[in-house]
Amino acid sequence: MKELFYFLVYPGLAFAATVGGILSWFDRKVTAWVQFRKGPPFLQPLFDFLKLLLVKETIVPAKGSVYTFLLAPILSLFGASISAVLVLLPAFGINAGFSGDIIVIFYLMNIPPIAYILGAMASANPLASVGASREIKLIISYELTFILALGAIIYKAGMSLSLADIIAAQSGGVFAGSVSGILLLIALLFCAQAKLGLVPFDIAEAETEINHGSFIEYSGAPLALIYLTKYIMLFTLPAFIAVVLFGGLSVEGPQIIYSVLKVFGLVLLVTLIRNTNPRLKIKQAMRFFLLWMNLFVIIAFVLTLFGL
Amino acid sequence: MALKDYVFKKSLWVFHFGGASCNNCDIEILDCLTPRFDVERFGIKLVGSVRHADVLLVNGSINVRDKDRLLEIYRQAPKPVLVIAIGACGCTGGIFAESFNFAGPVDKIIPVDAYVPGCPPKPEAIIAGIVALINKKKAEKEVEHAA
Repeated sequence: MKELFYFLVYPGLAFAATVGGILSWFDRKVTAWVQFRKGPPFLQPLFDFLKLLLVKETIVPAKGSVYTFLLAPILSLFGASISAVLVLLPAFGINAGFSGDIIVIFYLMNIPPIAYILGAMASANPLASVGASREIKLIISYELTFILALGAIIYKAGMSLSLADIIAAQSGGVFAGSVSGILLLIALLFCAQAKLGLVPFDIAEAETEINHGSFIEYSGAPLALIYLTKYIMLFTLPAFIAVVLFGGLSVEGPQIIYSVLKVFGLVLLVTLIRNTNPRLKIKQAMRFFLLWMNLFVIIAFVLTLFGL
Repeated sequence: MALKDYVFKKSLWVFHFGGASCNNCDIEILDCLTPRFDVERFGIKLVGSVRHADVLLVNGSINVRDKDRLLEIYRQAPKPVLVIAIGACGCTGGIFAESFNFAGPVDKIIPVDAYVPGCPPKPEAIIAGIVALINKKKAEKEVEHAA
């Protein structure tokens, strides 16, 4: 019963989606400020979601695989919600999680992109196939960087695989305070950017080039679920980075202000990267991660071994 | 029902269909999205796939080749979808009305909800057209309630 509450209400689906919606509004508002515009109203993500869910018709492709097409958004929503729960339970100090949950979170965070690939492949649209193939290449490139960065963090935390221990290891001083920590923060931010599908790495859903790529055939309620997944991931990934590098998100008393600042600060960085960069080609993105970012993380790892 | 109408009105996603246009209307439509007019204030967003669209903006004269594509795009859009004909060519045919390959103004091919005349219409006129469309939907609702 308690697990169900964790999953559906706090800190799972309902809570993560609400905060993610607020962060999505923040992202669009900051984008507007960067471009000297006024930007959308506060409830805009809610309006978008409700419109897609309640008003619009759902069209299924005639030649595609209908069940896979419709189940893929649900699968992505489940993956995002469970990863949000597993990140936020230790982050808020509700319970300690279990040993090895960082590995489980690493795999669960891959479920939304894989679900997008399944849905795109099931939609029988050539542009969606292009989007899916780009998404696969992008996953292959950023995953190694991500796991290397997590390896460095696990080493810093004294070879512990539990998020609660990683938070406890930072009670003396956060990991982002060291040289290697800053390098890891940069690498993880770029990985988050690629996982969220935001601008330098929005190759899989380039709306001006392949018309939203993987999501081209989605309409109505399935599209609403995809947007909900995106809202949740926009909260989960910054929360995860805040846990592994900034010592968790405590919600006790005045600590809550620092937690809010951490999440909003990380989203602000992501938004500014997205607003000041052009879209890369898939070849450039793969080269960026496989060569430069991996080299970068290996340097950070070596610095970690020397205790810097 | 009121909630559905309200959220639909608050989040109109626009898909842009350019017929055989001289590109003046296209530029004026893009002007609406720029910092000076910024229609994102009202939740209006340009989308790349017609499956995500709530409003179909049609401009330019529709010639014989465009006609099938316009019909196809309209059929692909998830309903409810609103159609706005922009510019003299979209509304009436403009200077191309007597042309040999002209396939009729937009409202001969698909149902049109609002017309924004002008060659090209100013961004203010396009925004006024969208406001008029929203108010028209509201007025229709009131007539239905009274009946």
